[in-house]
Amino acid sequence: MNSRRLLALVSKESLQIVRDPSAILIAFVLPVLLLFLFAYAVSLDIRQVHLGVVLQSDSARAQSLAADFSGTPYFRVVPVRHRKEVTPLLVSGELKGYVLIPADFDRRLFRGDPLIQVITDGTQPNTANFVAGYTRGVLVNWLSDHGLQAPIRLDARFWFNPEVETRKFLVPGAIAIIMTMIGTLLTALVVAREWERGTMEALLSTPARIPEILLGKLLPYFGLGLVATMGSTLLAIHIFDVPLRGSWAALLLVSSCFLVPALGQGLVISALARNQFIAAQAALFSGFLPAFLLSGFLFEIDAMPAPIRWLTHIVPARYFIESLHSVFLVGDVWSLLLQDMFAMLGLGTVMFVIARVKTRKSLE
Amino acid sequence: MTAIVLENLSKTFGKTLALQDISGQIAAGRLTGLVGPDGAGKTTLIRMMAGLLGPDEGSLRVAGLDPVTQGSALAESVGYMPQRFGLYEDLTVLENLRLYAELRGLARADYRHTLDRLLEFTRLGPFTDRLAGRLSGGMKQKLGLACSLVTTPDVLLLDEPGVGVDPVSRQDLWRMVQALTGEGMAVIWATAYLEEAEQCEDVLLLNEGQLRFAGRPKELTSRLEGRCFSLCGSSDKRALLAQVLTAPGVRDGTIEGDRIRVVMDAGCPAPDIESVNAVIPVSPRFEDAFIDLLGGGPGGQSPLADQMPEVASMGDVVSCQNLTRRFGDFVAADSVIFRVRSGEILGLLGPNGAGKSTTFKMLCGLLKPSSGEAIVAGKDLSRFATDAKLRLGYMAQKFSLYGLLSVRQNLAFYAGVYGLRGREKKERIRQMVDGLQLDSLLDSAPDQLSLGFKQRLALACALMHRPPILFLDEPTSGVDPITRREFWTHINGLVAKGVTVLVTTHFMDEAEYCDRVALMHRGRIIALDSPDRLKARAGQGASMEQAFIHLIEAEPDE
Repeated sequence: MNSRRLLALVSKESLQIVRDPSAILIAFVLPVLLLFLFAYAVSLDIRQVHLGVVLQSDSARAQSLAADFSGTPYFRVVPVRHRKEVTPLLVSGELKGYVLIPADFDRRLFRGDPLIQVITDGTQPNTANFVAGYTRGVLVNWLSDHGLQAPIRLDARFWFNPEVETRKFLVPGAIAIIMTMIGTLLTALVVAREWERGTMEALLSTPARIPEILLGKLLPYFGLGLVATMGSTLLAIHIFDVPLRGSWAALLLVSSCFLVPALGQGLVISALARNQFIAAQAALFSGFLPAFLLSGFLFEIDAMPAPIRWLTHIVPARYFIESLHSVFLVGDVWSLLLQDMFAMLGLGTVMFVIARVKTRKSLE
Repeated sequence: MTAIVLENLSKTFGKTLALQDISGQIAAGRLTGLVGPDGAGKTTLIRMMAGLLGPDEGSLRVAGLDPVTQGSALAESVGYMPQRFGLYEDLTVLENLRLYAELRGLARADYRHTLDRLLEFTRLGPFTDRLAGRLSGGMKQKLGLACSLVTTPDVLLLDEPGVGVDPVSRQDLWRMVQALTGEGMAVIWATAYLEEAEQCEDVLLLNEGQLRFAGRPKELTSRLEGRCFSLCGSSDKRALLAQVLTAPGVRDGTIEGDRIRVVMDAGCPAPDIESVNAVIPVSPRFEDAFIDLLGGGPGGQSPLADQMPEVASMGDVVSCQNLTRRFGDFVAADSVIFRVRSGEILGLLGPNGAGKSTTFKMLCGLLKPSSGEAIVAGKDLSRFATDAKLRLGYMAQKFSLYGLLSVRQNLAFYAGVYGLRGREKKERIRQMVDGLQLDSLLDSAPDQLSLGFKQRLALACALMHRPPILFLDEPTSGVDPITRREFWTHINGLVAKGVTVLVTTHFMDEAEYCDRVALMHRGRIIALDSPDRLKARAGQGASMEQAFIHLIEAEPDE
């Protein structure tokens, strides 16, 4: 390793980053877009769900329960008289579910029989669960307001994200997606570009060695990745009101650890693909999609089938997202962070070994 | 002193044999040409010398080192300029130079002195802050050369440095390289231009992976002394060439302006043809010798053209008035004016970026002019582009063939595109296959074909609808000289039937086949005349290249 050559390669790469609009776009504009997208457009919270209320009883009690359904911000109630009228609305998707208050509501109340029937649209399981849960909540509240014994008492409390706002959960996750883009996609693209433009051939004919060439690529993108993380974090804290309960030091440390496998993966791709199109495809399929789908960012890992769950262990983003959630929403839980950092560095080492073996100083 | 020793080198890529049992020596302090058509193995050999590829068999020593085992030491004594110069287009001239100076470990004390010397040597001094991507082809090439020279290497490897660069820059580069050999450097210059070979001190001539000749170019051409003649005829030059090629004892024949150049078999006198007025003995050229080495040129008959119907004469077939195309603030074609008569071959000659392809694309209706008008086959392109397109055949650079379709499917596709159906379609495809001898290849994929066969197939596709006008964009660049002769035999045959041909090229000798040549430089036509008259402007016995240089130098600077 010759420090003079390395320095020359690093400064060349940095100049190229500064002058290349696509690098700036991916490192700074894309994060802002993604953060806004995940903060505002993608929301797993339910509000104003269209709910049918079939009121078959004329009793005062039944009517007051129906009024309670209308009173919550979560539902927009469509009152219906007959069950027949409500079915087509549910089929057409205008309603996400309905509540049936039967004609013998008062009698059931005294006998302790099931009071109401809730039908939900199972094609949208997430919404269906919310409808079921909230309607039960409305019923329990109504019972206690009327001094009646509720059949079951429900008392849900959510830790760490008390308002259960998905934004606070998604924004830190989005940082992991952005870092994957910078680490894997950009690295794979810039190396492929050197092959395409024939500059790699010229580099290889100089005394520069493979580790110098690779490191000369990585260091600038490592820096770029950290700068993008800091930018995204500032946006998250000040624009999207996500708390940062842990420390900046911990955040930068886990980010650095994540960049190792992310950049390594970019290098492996670039060692195998020598044109930008294939490199971009490979980076999207092997980097971006797993970071999106298999990292616990959108879908809970515990809810996945066992083989997929095992697969998530080799997705570096999984550990990063876990650490980010912890640093943002809980604090510096070092026992967890150290475990994750160790896993990320391990995966990174594997990537670098593959990259080193696959990149040879020849054109064959 | 010997700089490079090659011993029984062989290399295969998959099934293709790139190099076959190459042995030879390259001397220090001399300019050695590595000459051969595309696919001859030049790049493979040069990459081996640079330590970027290892041989399958055999061994080599470059500057006393084995590139396979002593790669890092080799990198310090070899300068290498790859085909695309290896420049970073988003770095400036100075930044590129600095990068390579650092990578090659130029001593700090020599820094300023060396960079100043290189900038002066390449005359890039005024452009140090310009991005490499904004340089002209010739300047890029000089910068590429400078980058491989930051430390003085023992061996300098240049892979096709002359391709697509204007002749003035090419001349500059020759001068620079010759200055280097004076300092004891071994310079290897790979090229597909055979006329460049003549300027080298030594030559390694490659064809299809085999070394066909090693030595001084004079040695090769002297074998043909007394066998080359220039014929002046009273009849049409294309008809005369066809006649000459069928005469006994003729080894090779080409059109050279208004004359025919002919190479005879050893011991045969110049052909005795009635319409020939004068037979002038001429000195042999490297290309003559190469053809002779490969067993002589092809015959003069085109079975393809024989099947084509006569095309009625139409007066001016193409005419353009002040045709201009801008890309942003860059003027790619600037007020281009010319007319092409029916049954004529007009050549657009110029380096890369001169505006040839842009002009061509406007005439074929592929690109809208920014201003000016073009009339092709009597149709105004701005209004009747589709009608005009049916009357013209276009053979694109790199031959627009579908690599995943077989030869047969490519032909059927193009026949279908031009609206041929049923019996007529079958008949037409059969004619093309017979005329161009494609029958043994019908089921192979175009990607597996040699450059020559690809070229034939592309010609068949462009002629499927029997257009009276044919546009050829760089049809034979990099193709070996025999295939080039075969191609021009077909074109000459078509022109004899009345087809009008427009051709772009940066091969100077290809311009000799044209009736008239338009020299393009920086988007403008700087001269338009017959090849003989253009050459005469640069003085007695001047070559096309010299004529071009003469005309460019007469142009006012930027």
